[in-house]
Amino acid sequence: MKAQKKPIIELKQVSYRYDKENVLENINLSIEEGAFLGIVGPNGSGKSTMLKLILGLIKTQKGEIHLFGQDISRFKDWQKIGFVSQKANSFNTGFPATVFEVVASGLTKKLGLFKFLKKEHHQKVIQAIDSVGLHPFKNRNIGELSGGQQQRVFIARALVSDPKLLILDEPTVGVDAQNVQSFYQMLDSLNKDLGITLLLVTHDIGAISDKVTHVACLNKHLHFHGKTAEFEELKKDEMSDFYGHDIHILTHNHDHHHHGGTEQ
Amino acid sequence: MIAGILQYEFLQNAFLTGIIIGIIAPLLGVFIVVRRLSLIADALSHVTLAGIAASLYLEKNFMTFSGLNPMYMGMAFSVTGALFIEKLRAVYKHYQELAIPIILSGGIGLGAIFISLTDGLNTDIMGYLFGSVSAVSRIDLWTILIISILVITLVILLYKELFLLSFDEEHAKASGIAAKSVHFIFIIMVALVIAASMRIVGILLVSSLMTLPVAASIRIATGFKQTILFSILFGEISVLSGLSLSYYLDIAPGGTIVMIAVLILIITILMKKLTIKLK
Repeated sequence: MKAQKKPIIELKQVSYRYDKENVLENINLSIEEGAFLGIVGPNGSGKSTMLKLILGLIKTQKGEIHLFGQDISRFKDWQKIGFVSQKANSFNTGFPATVFEVVASGLTKKLGLFKFLKKEHHQKVIQAIDSVGLHPFKNRNIGELSGGQQQRVFIARALVSDPKLLILDEPTVGVDAQNVQSFYQMLDSLNKDLGITLLLVTHDIGAISDKVTHVACLNKHLHFHGKTAEFEELKKDEMSDFYGHDIHILTHNHDHHHHGGTEQ
Repeated sequence: MIAGILQYEFLQNAFLTGIIIGIIAPLLGVFIVVRRLSLIADALSHVTLAGIAASLYLEKNFMTFSGLNPMYMGMAFSVTGALFIEKLRAVYKHYQELAIPIILSGGIGLGAIFISLTDGLNTDIMGYLFGSVSAVSRIDLWTILIISILVITLVILLYKELFLLSFDEEHAKASGIAAKSVHFIFIIMVALVIAASMRIVGILLVSSLMTLPVAASIRIATGFKQTILFSILFGEISVLSGLSLSYYLDIAPGGTIVMIAVLILIITILMKKLTIKLK
């Protein structure tokens, strides 16, 4: 495929089935260093299964997965991969912890048992909070923040251990429409300014098409995997087939809150 | 009363023990409350009761057990109960809360049998149920001191892991920390602290010393460390003033301690309401 840059993630001929049903069939995917890949697909398209495979939460049945050039079964460097789930609407919002404390908890594994936060770790935590634009809130209880801000806290928690790759699963669920824009802008700067490779999974094609560098469309099979510009050309006609009905692809000056098909 | 404390060993024992459990009960209580495990404390305290009743029964009926400190068997039962709860939670994956009523009723049932077989509800048992100012011996005090040093050291050493486990159990497991072992150590600590605290507050009220100060603290604290700090502060106020009242009014300390904790909780709720209105 693309040999010029090192792929950080590579999936070769990956299939996966639960009981008798195929969830993923013959997936080939590679993500280069520095890319911002958006994976789109309707609900039930196998997006979360694919993430679980990449994160090593479930074992591969067929095919190969390489992370940072290493076979996933031998891969140990999990600190290089940060993961942010659809947390903002599911965690205990009454939890009495400050933004700082939550972000610092991202260092737990890296520090190891019986080690305490030192000055340089404090700086790291502050840096991570700054990079998601939450500096003024660092000493607030996390429950006082809005859904979008809470999601940023979780991104900061993932950033604090210096991941090379950040995987985000539907990060804008629970973020109100007017804040989605600035949320993507923040992701953009993580990608461009800090050089973090991003993998974003969403059902919301319109929202990401002008931010990501690469797009992959998943629905059991991978239908398209390439540069965003190429995707733009084919999206209207092909996408309707792909989603099974007409969809509206909106550009960013529109409210893109309710579209994208089969969700909820 | 200061004179009394200087003069009587039993008062020294009671107050020193009170100061210690005023720290460790709310300290573990913070983690219990935020992890929504409050009822586990209740279940374990009832299992502790079964252990104490069993010990009293053995002491009365078998010479070999005479002079056995009931606290030890209480602790053994409490720790065993904690292990059973963990086992049951794994068995009933989809009904994890079932483990608590099973262990709780099992504990009371066993306790009732041993109490009936011994003497019925005598003053000794009443002391264990509602706490006592006069029942704490020097040996009890030393045992409780050792437990508290162990608990405080472990909480400091495992603070990061305990925090992550409490805030986000899924993430804790996924991130590869030894979540299972940390949880196991935590549950054992809870079992020990419950058995250690029952001399002063009594079996029936132990769990309230772990939860009420935390409930008050959560209302007003910012951040997790402050929540712990305020919880311990409220715990200390409750225990010390509760013990004093108990001594002067000749009321079981469990009652006075818990009612003061309730009072503190009400005050914090009202204070919070007031500050919101004033804003």
